[in-house]
Amino acid sequence: MGTRDCNHICDESSPGIGEAGKTGEWRTHLPVIDDKKCTASKLNKPTCFLCWLYCPEAVMTKGIPPSIDLEYCKGCGICAQVCPVQAITMIAEEKI
Amino acid sequence: METLSIYAPKLITSREYIASGHRACSGCGEVLAMRYVCKALGRNTIISNATGCMEIISTPLPQTAWEVPWIHTLFENASAVASGIECGLKALKRKHGYTREVKVVAMGGDGATADIGLQSLSGAMERGHDFIYVCYDNEAYMNTGIQRSSETPFGASTTTAPSGKASMGQHTWQKNMAAIAAAHEIQYVATSCSSYPFDIMTKVEKAIKIKGPSYIHILSVCPTGWRCPSNSTIKMGRLAVETGIFPMYEIENGKYTLNIDLPKLRPVEDYLKLQGRFRHLDKDNTAEIQEKVLDEYNKVKRLAAGNKAK
Repeated sequence: MGTRDCNHICDESSPGIGEAGKTGEWRTHLPVIDDKKCTASKLNKPTCFLCWLYCPEAVMTKGIPPSIDLEYCKGCGICAQVCPVQAITMIAEEKI
Repeated sequence: METLSIYAPKLITSREYIASGHRACSGCGEVLAMRYVCKALGRNTIISNATGCMEIISTPLPQTAWEVPWIHTLFENASAVASGIECGLKALKRKHGYTREVKVVAMGGDGATADIGLQSLSGAMERGHDFIYVCYDNEAYMNTGIQRSSETPFGASTTTAPSGKASMGQHTWQKNMAAIAAAHEIQYVATSCSSYPFDIMTKVEKAIKIKGPSYIHILSVCPTGWRCPSNSTIKMGRLAVETGIFPMYEIENGKYTLNIDLPKLRPVEDYLKLQGRFRHLDKDNTAEIQEKVLDEYNKVKRLAAGNKAK
């Protein structure tokens, strides 16, 4: 995830997360991680992290269990597609 | 990350140089490729970015998502600005004892690379500036609303080359940018795809080590312009490589290496039928595309095999 600790001297712009606002508002489907299926949570070890690797938004963390920053997640569903054990499911926002 | 066989995302740095919360469409393959490129480049980088998707999504004026020095240039002069920066750094080193090793990187979409910015790219490569050019090829001018570019594949429907009764969409074949770059006899040219993170990072790391110009062409899946679901980004990129539509290879000092050499290619239908922009194609068109794809793929394969024989 992005950080706001950039020490570069900038004239006008301030680099950091959320330049387009809370992009999580764009989401139509919410990714939910099932800790019982997730390899990293099950083994309690840093293992595959494919969801982190393939996230275009960089909102996944490489933690155990992996967590999603829902403030900026746009809900594209790539993490659910690449998960080798189908631990992530996409749930329609209106059903929550 | 010496070879593709090492499979360990946990070894990749978790530092992000393009912050989350940017304006890219959900499921954008281009920003994904840019994320990998920036991870491999690291902090000592100056980026000169041509107008295009990656510029407009990351920098509306008061804010920016970039955490490395970055400059916006026009479509036509990303490489010219990069060569200027590189010369400036050289002068700093010569006159003022500046010691940091900084890599200059020019970035652009396929429009900024193959159409509008080709002259400045060609000039910069010919002059031999020490820089990397990264082209994010999403096969049309996506940021202005899917207009055709010279990288748009044959048969694709775009807003300026629409399919209908009179036309079948784009009627010309793609420009081979990697071959154009290789014709400048630069040390390193590579093609990669947004669905292969380790491949991108290995290639960028190779390019950093080279003193002189290098060119990396990355096929970046665009779900909005290709008319496919946002979650199919990774699958679509892999299919492009597995069908042979986009062969992933590198040219080091004129030596070709095919990075992913499959024993049997998948039929192109697997790739075409999943995308809305190819929906109108009939069997004859598909057969024509299949023939051309095999032809191009075998050309690269022969070049790679020729090197092995030597």
